[in-house]
Amino acid sequence: MSLIEARGIVKVYQTGDVGLRALDGVSFAIERGEFVSIMGHSGSGKSTMMNILGCLDVPDEGEYELDGRSVGGLSGDDRARIRNTTIGFVFQGFNLLPRATALENVELPLVYARVPARERRPRALAALERVGLSERTSHRPNQLSGGQQQRVAIARALVGETPLILADEPTGNLDTATSTEIMELFTSLNRADKTIVLVTHEPDVAAYSSRTIRFQDGRVIADERGASRV
Amino acid sequence: MFELLRTAIRSLASNKARSLLTMLGIIIGVAAVIAMVAIGAGASRSIQQFISGVGANILIIMPGAPSVGGVRQQAGSGATLTTEDAEALRDEAWTLAGVAPEVFGRVQLVYGSMNWSTMVTGSTEDIFSIREWRIDEGRFFFDEEARSGAKVVVIGATVAKNLFGEESAVGKVIRVRNAPVEVIGVLAAKGQTPWGQDQDDTAFVPFATAQRSLFRRGIANSVQRITVAAVDGDSIPEAEREVSAILRQRRRLEDGEESDFDVRNMAEMLDAAAQSTRVMSLLLGAVASVSLLVGGIGIMNIMLVSVTERTREIGIRMAIGARGSDIRTQFLLEALLLSVAGGILGIGLGASASRVITSLLGWPTVISAGSVVLAFVFSALVGVFFGFYPAWKASLLNPIEALRYE
Repeated sequence: MSLIEARGIVKVYQTGDVGLRALDGVSFAIERGEFVSIMGHSGSGKSTMMNILGCLDVPDEGEYELDGRSVGGLSGDDRARIRNTTIGFVFQGFNLLPRATALENVELPLVYARVPARERRPRALAALERVGLSERTSHRPNQLSGGQQQRVAIARALVGETPLILADEPTGNLDTATSTEIMELFTSLNRADKTIVLVTHEPDVAAYSSRTIRFQDGRVIADERGASRV
Repeated sequence: MFELLRTAIRSLASNKARSLLTMLGIIIGVAAVIAMVAIGAGASRSIQQFISGVGANILIIMPGAPSVGGVRQQAGSGATLTTEDAEALRDEAWTLAGVAPEVFGRVQLVYGSMNWSTMVTGSTEDIFSIREWRIDEGRFFFDEEARSGAKVVVIGATVAKNLFGEESAVGKVIRVRNAPVEVIGVLAAKGQTPWGQDQDDTAFVPFATAQRSLFRRGIANSVQRITVAAVDGDSIPEAEREVSAILRQRRRLEDGEESDFDVRNMAEMLDAAAQSTRVMSLLLGAVASVSLLVGGIGIMNIMLVSVTERTREIGIRMAIGARGSDIRTQFLLEALLLSVAGGILGIGLGASASRVITSLLGWPTVISAGSVVLAFVFSALVGVFFGFYPAWKASLLNPIEALRYE
């Protein structure tokens, strides 16, 4: 059974009288342990697809199965639970809570998973250690560099032991050297059996993945497998 | 739950000035409620104290309003009560603990170069026990003296202070309407009535002394009123009936004939006064509740702003697994915390305001545990009620749009 199975996904945005088909019948499957990059120009539908993969949005038509479960007919609360237990998000803008420390930010998914406080702390510390930030646990986001903030965000995506990491332009706000560090971190996580789906428009970043799905005008125009560069 | 509380405290603390200003409405509302209720409770307690100080079981018998050729005169202006009526009550009534006939008037008292005008009452020894006076210095006069017309006087604390200052009054001779009279006792101070009358500005002389030398009245033996005390609070209605029956019998009044006297119940009069105080503090409390309401609307306003400002934070929380109910609880808790903190500060402010009122204006205030609990619960309810809409709005945000919000 595939981790992600999308069949005939259609998403229409109504702007005035014109319905824009942001996704026009998209189908693909992603197996456990894959490192997939989704590429395309802005407006190609890749962000819309990302929202659907992340259970933040539901398709108008078609079927999306995540970890064997159909997401289509689920309520908002059920999708929140799936996000919490199945998906770790990494965003372009890091999206950390500005008033919370690194440790508290990493603990947050466990709070919503109703993990008792005693258990949360060691797990969050372990996740921060995995991204190499065990020295910075009590810093607030504005006391950390961009690369460090993204590491905190990755630790937050790791702490819930979810099978899937969804990363939306994770290096978009970072310089080249830091981008390389972050991509190497993703690669090592993928080796440790995490499934990683990454949205990007930079070929350099996509090159780290073992498979590239290209979007154009709401359709998949290419699905290339190849050994990753690293 | 602890985690949620900590998050709420942190987000309120990160914007201290705003949180404080938002709480201000609740603080003022709660403080007003506490102070108003304290003033009302203080007033009704001082009335209670007055009742027990003045004698709660008192009945006052006044001469009726005489009808002269069909024209009704002022109540109490007739000379229809006599010392014989008082003696009959003392001898025949079972339900009375004391009977005191009274004549009184405002009279000038002179001692050396000092003089003071006060209400002088001529009565019998019973008046002291009925009105619950205590002696501070010296003694009361006896019934023997009341009958013989001894030239003695018992004065109130205010009179003693104005005539004698720090000197001891007992044994001194003062002049009352040019008659020399010896001061034999000073009464213990009772303070003011709830309506601000000085109870200690008074003096008592034996009944016969007053009748013969001070107030020469047209009809010998007539009294201005008779004050009696029932044996206890429960027997007041029975005492009222018995007094009426004895006096009507003495006058040989047939059933249906109108009495030429009035029996008044002190407790009822004071109850009416207490009632009006209660109504007053209820009205003030209602006004204060309006300001609580305004405070609640202030909280709602700020919470709505806060939800908008923190749209992105809400989006992040939702993306990593917060359910609508989690978001709702978080914002509701913040509103609750604001209003409860405001409530606690308001209780403190109201309590100190009551103390200031007491020390500046001399109004008695009582802060009851009940009013504190009520104010606390009410402010919590305000928080939940006005916090609900913003919290509910936050919980309905679309995570995608919330994440994109700048």
